[in-house]
Amino acid sequence: MSNAEQHHEDHIGHEVSIKFNVFICAILLFLTAVTVWVSRYDFSEINIAEMGIIMALFVATVKATIVGLYFMHLRWDRAFIGFIFVGSILFVVLFIALALTDTMEYQPTIIKGDTPMVTEAMDKLKH
Amino acid sequence: MAILTTPQSTPEVTDNYLNHTKGIWSWLFTLDHKRIGMMYLICVLAAFLLGGIFAMLIRFQLLTPDGTILTQDQYNQVFTAHGAIMVFLVIIPAVPAALGNFVLPIMLGAKDVAFPKLNLFSWWLWVFGLVFFLVALAGGVDTGWTFYTPYSLDTTTGMTGIIPVLIGAFILGFSSIFTGMNFIVTIHRLRPPGMTWFKMPLFLWATYATAIIQVLATPVIGITLLLLIVERTVGIGIFDPAMGGDPVLYQHFFWFYSHPAVYIMILPAMGVVSELISVHSHRHIFGYKFIAYSSIAIAMFGFLVWGHHMFTSGQSDLMNVIFSLITFSVSIPSAVKVFNWLATLYKGSISLNAPMIYGLAFIFIFTIGGLTGLYHATLATAVHLHDSYFVVAHFHYVMMGSALIGFLGGIHHWWPKMIGKMYNENAGRISAILVFVGFNMTFFTQFMLGSKGMPRRYATYIEMPEFQIYHVISTIGATVMAVGFVLCAIYLLHSIFFGRKAPANPWGGRSLEWQCTSPPPWDNFAEQPTVGDCYDYSVLEWDPNEQGYHWRDDVKHPGE
Repeated sequence: MSNAEQHHEDHIGHEVSIKFNVFICAILLFLTAVTVWVSRYDFSEINIAEMGIIMALFVATVKATIVGLYFMHLRWDRAFIGFIFVGSILFVVLFIALALTDTMEYQPTIIKGDTPMVTEAMDKLKH
Repeated sequence: MAILTTPQSTPEVTDNYLNHTKGIWSWLFTLDHKRIGMMYLICVLAAFLLGGIFAMLIRFQLLTPDGTILTQDQYNQVFTAHGAIMVFLVIIPAVPAALGNFVLPIMLGAKDVAFPKLNLFSWWLWVFGLVFFLVALAGGVDTGWTFYTPYSLDTTTGMTGIIPVLIGAFILGFSSIFTGMNFIVTIHRLRPPGMTWFKMPLFLWATYATAIIQVLATPVIGITLLLLIVERTVGIGIFDPAMGGDPVLYQHFFWFYSHPAVYIMILPAMGVVSELISVHSHRHIFGYKFIAYSSIAIAMFGFLVWGHHMFTSGQSDLMNVIFSLITFSVSIPSAVKVFNWLATLYKGSISLNAPMIYGLAFIFIFTIGGLTGLYHATLATAVHLHDSYFVVAHFHYVMMGSALIGFLGGIHHWWPKMIGKMYNENAGRISAILVFVGFNMTFFTQFMLGSKGMPRRYATYIEMPEFQIYHVISTIGATVMAVGFVLCAIYLLHSIFFGRKAPANPWGGRSLEWQCTSPPPWDNFAEQPTVGDCYDYSVLEWDPNEQGYHWRDDVKHPGE
């Protein structure tokens, strides 16, 4: 945005009342309480042991979205800023996806314990 | 483009950023981007001297097969210090933080960057990180600059400095993020009327692409180093295999930043070279949009290829193939740049001065560095060449021979603007040639060494005495290069005190920084400049009295 163009779009940032911010904060605290509750609940009783992690991640995502939208004012900002925000999340997804794919691929190839070569050398030392 | 509507008829302005205010505090707490840029420059050059001393220690150690001056442990610490200093304290901040801070706002016709206080904070943070980093390195760290696990987690080695070094690198990273953010906002918000994206000088495109990488990638290294600190102190079992951790995961984390970091080093240098080649051949840049887009393409591709550093780490075959394929794609935008620079030179009126010699040296060296990268992208040859001197030669051709020579070219190009004095041109040419010849002597021999099987990071090579001749030539080359650097320091310092006064536009550049006086006034421009085609040199003519270029009387300024 050049100087000439920016005059049209320059404006004071969107103002949010303290009451509203306290309300958002209360929602976040409530969701934190939900996370704590989830961490203490034994989901293996209902045969879904992974549910705890899934719910915790879901709550964390909701909280991050609320922080982005309201505390970071993305809800009222230009779409371009939102695009940048989502773009940076895509980078995180890309990184984690490739790194995890790699980990899953090579895990089966890892030799547990000492390799045969090491075992043989250790045996020789013992004798 | 970028031309002041008012002719440069008032070069005798005495008030400038160097003398506007006086005293050390007026510098240390300045909000002026030019002063901050100069402070970065001084610190980066001091770090370069230190890193260079470590480099010479390495070279002299390897003069004979059984080593000369260092023990094996000392050698490990010296190459770690050399790598860490050169990467974190020299090459990464050199062009963006030092030259970028000085030039970027002036190129935009702005009075300063978007957030001057944040800019000063970045510099202080950088200095704090630098001190932390250097003090810690003195404590003895021998992991190499990559801090690979599990060795870096080993608490029995007595490496007391590793956690402070990691904290130092963490702090330096924050400085880099703030600078990147500042540049992105500055380029978005402070362009003058008429300077659309495709009327920006290519240096700004390169700086913008670099800033994107700084902002997106640097947080990852911050988190990685923090995790490493936590792993080493508390033992959370994320990277340490003894606790169920995964050392390959560390490498993923590390290279997700550190490969894009290579582009933080090279992209701004490419931007500098685009300016050098065009200005000093007095010819319109060829393929402007292609060069601009290729900067963004390199920045984007740079995020997708980190795994090519891990072909022999235990990374899975599937990912090896994927990363190998993507890595080849980086060569396309890189080649686009090289071909466009060559096309710019074609039928140009080439001034073979020091900046241009550095520009040409960049193209020559970067081409070799880029092409030898293809051997590393190819899985079969990468496995053979891994951890050999071939790798050392390759990344020095790219990181030192390209990025640093681009930086030196930029210093020479903008020195008259920064200091307001001209340096001795003949000394500049001799120095540039010495650096170029010395560099190739030093590192081309290392390609041969590596292809013949000399491993990197060995303090001695008693079993391989046939390699000595290459090491001797390499050490002689490093000495020649060092002489070139010392000569450069001498004539640049000499110019500060005894140099001829620089005109506003000594080279015939068209971008806005050449339209204000040398050195620039405190607030850069008295009035908002208007812009035209920043690579159209036909509107300028040589003024023998001023020993510089000025606007032709028979040509109207943009906007008139």
